Amino acid sequence: MDLTLPSGRWTSIVGPNGAGKSTLLKVLAGLLAVRSGSVQLLGRDLHGWSRRERARRLAWLGQNEAAADDLCVYDLAMLGRLPHQGWMQPASPADHAAVEQALRTTQAWDWRERPLSQLSGGERQRVLLARALAVQAQVLLMDEPLANLDPPHQADWLHSVRALVAQGRTVVSVLHEISLALQADDVVIVAGGRLLHHGRAEDGATHRALEAVFDQRIAIHPVAGQWLALPRL
Amino acid sequence: MGVRFELKDAAGSQSVNWNLTPIKTGKKARALALGLFLIGGALLLLGLAVGSTGVESLRPLWSQGDAQAAMARQIVWDIRLPRTLGAWGAGALLGLAGAVAQGLFRNPLADPYLLGSASGASLGVAAALALMGGAGGMLGASGAAVAVSVYSGHWLVRLGLTGAAFVGAVVAVLLTLALARGVQHTLRLLLAGVVVGVVLGACTSMILLLSPDSLQAMQGFLLGSTGFVGWTACLLLLAVWLPCLLAAGALARALDALALGEATAHSLGLPLAWLRAALVALLALATGTAVAQTGLIAFVGLAAPHLVRAAVSVTHGRLMWLASLMGGALLAAADLLARGLLAPQELPVGVLTAVLGGGYLLWLMHRRQAAGGSL
Repeated sequence: MDLTLPSGRWTSIVGPNGAGKSTLLKVLAGLLAVRSGSVQLLGRDLHGWSRRERARRLAWLGQNEAAADDLCVYDLAMLGRLPHQGWMQPASPADHAAVEQALRTTQAWDWRERPLSQLSGGERQRVLLARALAVQAQVLLMDEPLANLDPPHQADWLHSVRALVAQGRTVVSVLHEISLALQADDVVIVAGGRLLHHGRAEDGATHRALEAVFDQRIAIHPVAGQWLALPRL
Repeated sequence: MGVRFELKDAAGSQSVNWNLTPIKTGKKARALALGLFLIGGALLLLGLAVGSTGVESLRPLWSQGDAQAAMARQIVWDIRLPRTLGAWGAGALLGLAGAVAQGLFRNPLADPYLLGSASGASLGVAAALALMGGAGGMLGASGAAVAVSVYSGHWLVRLGLTGAAFVGAVVAVLLTLALARGVQHTLRLLLAGVVVGVVLGACTSMILLLSPDSLQAMQGFLLGSTGFVGWTACLLLLAVWLPCLLAAGALARALDALALGEATAHSLGLPLAWLRAALVALLALATGTAVAQTGLIAFVGLAAPHLVRAAVSVTHGRLMWLASLMGGALLAAADLLARGLLAPQELPVGVLTAVLGGGYLLWLMHRRQAAGGSL
């Protein structure tokens, strides 16, 4: 697999179940070691970065992330600032500002004092997203970030990703919802652990590759200026 | 701000009140810490007055110059004070170890004895009792009749048993680590701890079977008792407690991050292997020290962090302090009850903590279930 993800763009990774989407994302995040080959972050080998430097540049939001029920929302989002804080050092005004901004972006600011155990699945997901945003990393890797989110908050998530990309950040997300994945700038299609296609979301070739990888069981149509994947019944 | 939902039916009206008021966690945590500290102080004072005849007046202490005052002073200063303070210290260590274990294993049912330290300490004590029982004849021949029992006050016996318990606990933890091939995998660590616990427990039973003389003495250790904590043990407990608490405070943020899962903790740039090793060492030191001085005291390590969490939602940084103060207060209170409940008879404090702690946890579980939550 030879893949270069351009900076300042949003790339979606899609593919059938068990295609290796999450594995690819974990390899990109340095959470899984590669047996052969290398992963580069911002032009430098991933393992060439020190732990803290890498953590400041690369934020990760996992799938079904375990949640610390006893932490309150604000403290949890503050964990995203760990790479910026010294050991035992209290949070700086910049840390507080970053956390407030992240919580406001995901509309979780109002519950900042509530423990996570009192939140619903979708509300938790927004807090966890805020934790990843609080890192203020150049590259943001997200595995199924839209799980449990209702349509208005999915739209909000799309807006926040667009805003991040407009600031020059790089976003890479694994999404199983094809229509949402097609909102991205670029789409990477994987199947059976191999890279099948990498192209712009609006390209006909990308759409054909998507239909092919799902055994022609979906059809991609333009609706109201967006691409929509519908099941072919 | 509260939100009231009215659910009306033919039989009348029922209302569910969801309190959505934001909790001022910082203030609440500070109030709880202050409360636990004051309770600890009050228990310490009370502990000076509770003796074999129940609650006694401390007035003889200040009566001038007679033999009664000297004896009262000796009882209070040499027996009751170190014992009460030691009970608090052992409880504080167990509460702290419980909070570390639950954070490290990301499991609210984890307790400090999980890594095999308890069974290791038991085996150490059983082996020491069996050996010293064999050597008892020699001691008797030299004229010094030393009753070999965990209640024995003889310094040689105390030192030997304490040392054996500590060495046993540390060896058991090292064995667990070796079986789990390091600290990388939490689940493997947990399973290895269980295996070590069972195997060492079997070895202990074997030794007791072969030397039935030490069976009764061993029982005191297994039940847990604060009755034989003197000044040396007390100072040792407190001297280990303070650095352990400070170290736990330094590692607390890592536990917060670990609560989000290993992948996330790793992505936040934390040196996980190093942190886990430090936490396991902390756990072994705190548990080993407490067990060596007071025997196997049940439930304090498991219950203390839960009691804190039932009251406030806090980060691990605060939980360490609060669980420690809670554990101290719990064991100091249990020690008082053990002394005073059936005075002049004394109950093993471990039996009390098991009954009271277990009962309270059950009640807590029911209350949470009734409130729609989960433990």
